[in-house]
Amino acid sequence: MQIQMNVNGADRSADIEARTLLVHFLREDLGLTGTNVGCDTSSCGACTVHVNGESVKSCTMLAVSANGETVTTIEGLASGGEMHPMQTSFMENHGLQCGYCTPGMVMASVSLLKENPNPSEAEVREGLEGNLCRCTGYHNIVKAVLAAAG
Amino acid sequence: MTAVMGSPRLRKEDPALLTGENKFVDDIQAVGQLWMGMVRSPFAHAKVNGINAEPAKSMPGVYAVYTGAELMDMGLWAAPLPCAWPVTPDMVNPPHYPVATDEVHHVGEIVAVVLADSRYEAADAVEKVEVDYAELPAVGSVEAALTDAATAHSDHATNKAFTWALEPNPDGVNDAFANAAHTVTGEFLQQRLIPAAMEPRGVLAIPSPHGGDITMYTSTQVPHILKVMMAATTGISEAKIRIIAPAVGGGFGAKLNVNPDESLALTLANKLGRPVRWTETRTEAAFSTHQGRGQRQKIEVAADADGKLLGVRVHLDADMGAYMMLITPGVPLLGSFLYTGVYDVPAFGFTCDGWFTNLTPTDAYRGAGRPEASYAIERAMDMLAQKVGITPEEVRRRNYLGGGDAFENLDVASTLTFDSGHYGPNLDMALNMAKIADLRAEQQRRRDAGESKQLGIGLCTYVEICGLAPSRALAGLAYGAGGWEAGTVRMLPTGKVEVVTGSTPHGQGHETSWSMIVADKLGVDPDDVEVLHSDTAISPLGLDTYGSRSLAVGGVAISMACDKVIDKARLIAAHQLEANPDDLEFESGRFGVKGSPDKGLLIQEVAYGAFTAHNLPDGMEPNINEQMVFDPPNFAFPFGTHVAVVEVDENTGETTLLDYIAVDDCGNQVNPLIVEGQVHGGIVQGVAQALFEGAEYDEDGQCKNPSFLDYLVPSAMEVPSIKTDYTYTPSTSNPMGVKGVGEAGTIGSAAAVINGICDALSPYGVSDIEMPASPMRVWKTIQDAKAGA
Repeated sequence: MQIQMNVNGADRSADIEARTLLVHFLREDLGLTGTNVGCDTSSCGACTVHVNGESVKSCTMLAVSANGETVTTIEGLASGGEMHPMQTSFMENHGLQCGYCTPGMVMASVSLLKENPNPSEAEVREGLEGNLCRCTGYHNIVKAVLAAAG
Repeated sequence: MTAVMGSPRLRKEDPALLTGENKFVDDIQAVGQLWMGMVRSPFAHAKVNGINAEPAKSMPGVYAVYTGAELMDMGLWAAPLPCAWPVTPDMVNPPHYPVATDEVHHVGEIVAVVLADSRYEAADAVEKVEVDYAELPAVGSVEAALTDAATAHSDHATNKAFTWALEPNPDGVNDAFANAAHTVTGEFLQQRLIPAAMEPRGVLAIPSPHGGDITMYTSTQVPHILKVMMAATTGISEAKIRIIAPAVGGGFGAKLNVNPDESLALTLANKLGRPVRWTETRTEAAFSTHQGRGQRQKIEVAADADGKLLGVRVHLDADMGAYMMLITPGVPLLGSFLYTGVYDVPAFGFTCDGWFTNLTPTDAYRGAGRPEASYAIERAMDMLAQKVGITPEEVRRRNYLGGGDAFENLDVASTLTFDSGHYGPNLDMALNMAKIADLRAEQQRRRDAGESKQLGIGLCTYVEICGLAPSRALAGLAYGAGGWEAGTVRMLPTGKVEVVTGSTPHGQGHETSWSMIVADKLGVDPDDVEVLHSDTAISPLGLDTYGSRSLAVGGVAISMACDKVIDKARLIAAHQLEANPDDLEFESGRFGVKGSPDKGLLIQEVAYGAFTAHNLPDGMEPNINEQMVFDPPNFAFPFGTHVAVVEVDENTGETTLLDYIAVDDCGNQVNPLIVEGQVHGGIVQGVAQALFEGAEYDEDGQCKNPSFLDYLVPSAMEVPSIKTDYTYTPSTSNPMGVKGVGEAGTIGSAAAVINGICDALSPYGVSDIEMPASPMRVWKTIQDAKAGA
């Protein structure tokens, strides 16, 4: 099937199998491998991207369902060589170790603050419930998101 | 220059990880690659009568389908997959080939392999392979294994694989129990855990027919060990194999094995001349990656009337799973030495029986034997405190090694020599941070008021063995390799520094920490240090990352290589400055002549001089490129006190972790930011064992919760923020005085949480609860206790 979408500011089109998951389209057709796959049950959130500005687990969406939409991946978050404030905050607060969950965690966190610019610690924890991390114990992730909120 | 060592420096690894630039195995493509799809047994134990691969072969994109028998006929393997730790000379070790031929021994064992052009086509074709199985009786638990009613391998007469004992003083143990005023017995189940590193394991093997060599990218903690083992089991020359661990998304022990998929990718790529790849799905990982724990423990403690320990006796029944993988049988041994904890125990005895079951093999998982040991002794100490009628902290104080005072190089009953310890102040700091008196008052208030949400305070004072390991000690345990680590420090012509390490980071931040060690030693900017690792062509010597060994062995090797760099640079500087080497002071990266402040050379200038070789002392080799292989004289023994504050709702059985206090002592610290991150993550993994996680099997050996839908890896919702602090007791096992911290959190936390729950429920007469302490299990325990009261 022919699809087209705007990904990180560029119009992309491709001929793909109808069953192709959005995450596999991004990773394997567009080479945007920053978005990771951590599970097969939509549980871990490693594949979180933004579709029209909203957090989406890209393993749960068919690429054809994103036809005509605007997608932002972790590669599209930094601009002009400067990391996004959320990326900087993760670095400054040691909110990542192995870094595998990190792209999804950052994308979910950006989305969280967009919906709730001044969350409490409990609201951050609740807001990130769909994103699993095995390294950090979440302490520094929560700290990073709260710091980014200012 | 401000001090580098001990500063919370931000990680140089982070920008590439935060922007998605880093490449994990699954991110790497190879032209002409074939995807493997594994046909896996749905039965835990069955005969394979026949396989019809024809329907799969005609599927779109399918290149080939090979059954186990066909793969054996292709002569891909010189030997079965390796077990490097034959713990006893008579240990039973059934041959474990990457693909089963006539009998499968656990759900998910591979019986055939599909090769196809894409991930999707491989998955489709796997579904079309028809396998005729004849189911056999399965051994679905270690309890079933003990009965030998069925055997996990049909050609075995018993499920027992080995008996291993550490009994330095059997008469002393008997006397201790004969003379005890108090004895307590704890029987605990260390449930099987699915390691669940966030990056699923994957592999990509790329043959290079023109050079005759083969490169394998794999999500591993152990590229160096894997290279040796691949050569030994495939017959491909070691010199032809290059292993690269690119960015690796967590390991926790689960990536230190030599796996069927790795052997298949390497040998098939080599045979077919095409790149071969595979990435496990999360649900597949419950079968394709080893699991952790899986032990039944019995610990008996003998004490005098005051609660002073007289002896400790332990027996384990350890679940090996279906096969011996790389260090499967050694995991319980790693714990054996820690069943006396931080305590002065006059007499100690330990025995372990290893048992085969028809379950996924077990092997190392964060702590590997040591969290289990810490759990058993720390639970038993709380039981003893209750029996003697003293507080948990008091029973510990009465029994601390060295009386709680500072000690060095102390022999303990489990035959080891602890490098250093100072337990008393560590405990005090944790109790102060927890405000223990206030907590106990609040606990009493809730009890008096008959509130439904009871408070529990759980204590654990742990010690761990890390810095694996002195090679001679490993020889004594029949381990098949040494425990040294290699480090090279290379001065580049422009004054930058290249470091090569045999450690293999997968989240621990070695690039940052090793840069700090070098910067501190050589007086250079940490950003001028580049750390190369995880590629056997770049870093040919190494023994990798596991067992909290990287800093205490690998980092120390880097530090000692820097000493060699300074020694050589001093000779060059002295020559060029026309001074006596002994008259040079090396400070902040500059060799200065004592008494002549203007006369000196920066180490970068010396490096350039070593490169041009225009003016070196007679006979000196050009360049500065120094290697150190450090074999530690002893293990390192970090310790700490953890306090878990839990709230248990007697109406729902739900446990909420209200607060968690950790005071750890890992000796001198290089980067406290990284130390703290390791502690946080470790604690949550131990909390997860205590409250949430456990691979559940039915009696037929079927895993009931292989996916993340049912296997409860905790999210941010389930855990609190953690309060941390440190004491600093330098190790005597290495010149940096460092210990290790990767596993510490996990070793302290499960016992702290369960001690907390048992404390909360003590008014109901509850003295123990099995892990994971799920709401249902807690609620039922309360109901049973009430009914029995």
